[in-house]
Amino acid sequence: MSRFDFTLAVGDDALIAAQRLGEWTSRAPEMEEDIALANIALDQLGAARLLLTYAGELEGAGRDEDDLAYLRDDREFRNCLLVELPNGDFGVTMAKLFFLAAYQVPLYSALAGCADERLAAVGAKARKESAYHLDHAALWVKRLGDGTEESHRRMQDAVDQVWPYVHELFAPDPAAPVDPSTLRADFDATVSAVLDEATLTRPETGWAPGGGRDGLHTEHLSYLLAEMQVLHRAHPGASW
Amino acid sequence: MYGNDFAPPEDAPGGGLLGEVEAAEAALREAAARARRGGAAPDEDVEAYFADVINADQKIEPRDWMPEAYRRTLIRQIAQHAHSEIIGMQPEGNWISRAPSLKRKAILLAKVQDEAGHGLYLYAAAETLGISRDELVELLLDGRQKYSSIFNYPTLTWADVGAIGWLVDGAAIVNQVPLCRCSYGPYARAMIRVCKEESFHQRQGYEILHTLAHGTPAQKAMAQDSVDRWWYPSLAMFGPPDGDSTHSAQSMAWKIKRFSNDELRQRFVDMCVGQAEVLGLTLPDPDLRWNDERQAYDYTQPDYAELMRVIKGDGPCNRERMAHRRKAHADGAWVREAAAAYAAKRAERKEPVAA
Repeated sequence: MSRFDFTLAVGDDALIAAQRLGEWTSRAPEMEEDIALANIALDQLGAARLLLTYAGELEGAGRDEDDLAYLRDDREFRNCLLVELPNGDFGVTMAKLFFLAAYQVPLYSALAGCADERLAAVGAKARKESAYHLDHAALWVKRLGDGTEESHRRMQDAVDQVWPYVHELFAPDPAAPVDPSTLRADFDATVSAVLDEATLTRPETGWAPGGGRDGLHTEHLSYLLAEMQVLHRAHPGASW
Repeated sequence: MYGNDFAPPEDAPGGGLLGEVEAAEAALREAAARARRGGAAPDEDVEAYFADVINADQKIEPRDWMPEAYRRTLIRQIAQHAHSEIIGMQPEGNWISRAPSLKRKAILLAKVQDEAGHGLYLYAAAETLGISRDELVELLLDGRQKYSSIFNYPTLTWADVGAIGWLVDGAAIVNQVPLCRCSYGPYARAMIRVCKEESFHQRQGYEILHTLAHGTPAQKAMAQDSVDRWWYPSLAMFGPPDGDSTHSAQSMAWKIKRFSNDELRQRFVDMCVGQAEVLGLTLPDPDLRWNDERQAYDYTQPDYAELMRVIKGDGPCNRERMAHRRKAHADGAWVREAAAAYAAKRAERKEPVAA
């Protein structure tokens, strides 16, 4: 992956994650959680804006963050499938966030030390935020996994549903600023410790859907973009 | 720190009111600094003590004796205010997914998050009066307590996010600034914090409308349409006219309320006229004109029959707003139960160590 594609992919992950998390606003199980989810959405959106802005500069075609967010079709998005999956119940949302954060923490940490100054700056800022996202999601995975019978069943279902989508995150790419395959060991260690404590197991399946990094998405992304982009696209060239 | 990354228009609203909030905060500190006994003496008449504190513009605190009706009035008012913040997340939250730029999306997310925060600290202020947040939430969900009727109107376009900020938050601030001097300490202190954040929101809303009104013809039309729809409901936010207001006189005597509904409504109208001119938008009132004698604008009253219908439950969105809140609460029940069960298990595991 070129630096542009890589930056776009990491930025798209954050943007689509923010869009999904924003859907929880006014719907969370507790008021405190409403605030926490909005916080995490804002962090992801903040990282997305920095990354998309930088991607636009790397491309050199004059596209800014909004051009990239609002004027691309789903086949041009480079996010992983994990983030575009529907929110499901709170358990599914926490499973998605937990796996995403367990990937973003080592990713942003590695970026913080990479040769590209701009990416290093984003990494240094975002890794602290991701560490909080990881703590928050891990605590919920444990609470739900080791809470009531119902919550255990729901959380295990959520892990089973979401787990296959994590493999895509670690597809080897030696040319990228950070090779995603180098993050896998860190991810596995985090996930194992939390799932064990939560009395949850990983599903035994070899199914590993992918394609997001090449613009081959699930059916869900096009709907997400239709909603996100509708107003911007209805007024071409307008300022907001 | 979202929302201040643009230069505010030179005559952006909020400046004068923010000054009043700061003055109220200073007055609060002075009141606290003035020699004050820590409650009534054992042999002192508690009612006389309460009256003294009110007369001296001091603050009643949770530990103090207070008339039951004062306590009930405050619980009702603070809870209604808290419920309004929580229900108010819905109409604005409606546009988070479709915000037309990433900057606007971030500002709106942060704003709606602020409303949740306001709800939380208002519930906490109500809890100092001896009622729990869970009980208050039940009262809302059962329909036994109300929230501000303005949130029963729909947000149909992006411009409505701007109009809510400018008009609805503007009216809320005019209403709330005097509450910063309310006689009940925890409410006054919560209001100071809320008003400071609300004034940011109002500026953001104004800025959204300003951008639209100076944008394409379609954007300007969107802005005008939204002001047309939100103007009268915003005027109605101040409640029924003074003659019909049931709670006002006693609340004034207790210094919970400091100005009448009509006084506050007039203040709001006078504030908006100039701002609308700068926006280049028209307030939808052909009879709006300066009255030299009164040194205030004459204006058309909102339709109070409509206000009463909306309060009684027949506004455009009452049913949806309540259904949304009840569904979120019901859908979250298993999560809250799990959190409680997990905490209990942890406490059990820790107990042998502690013993």
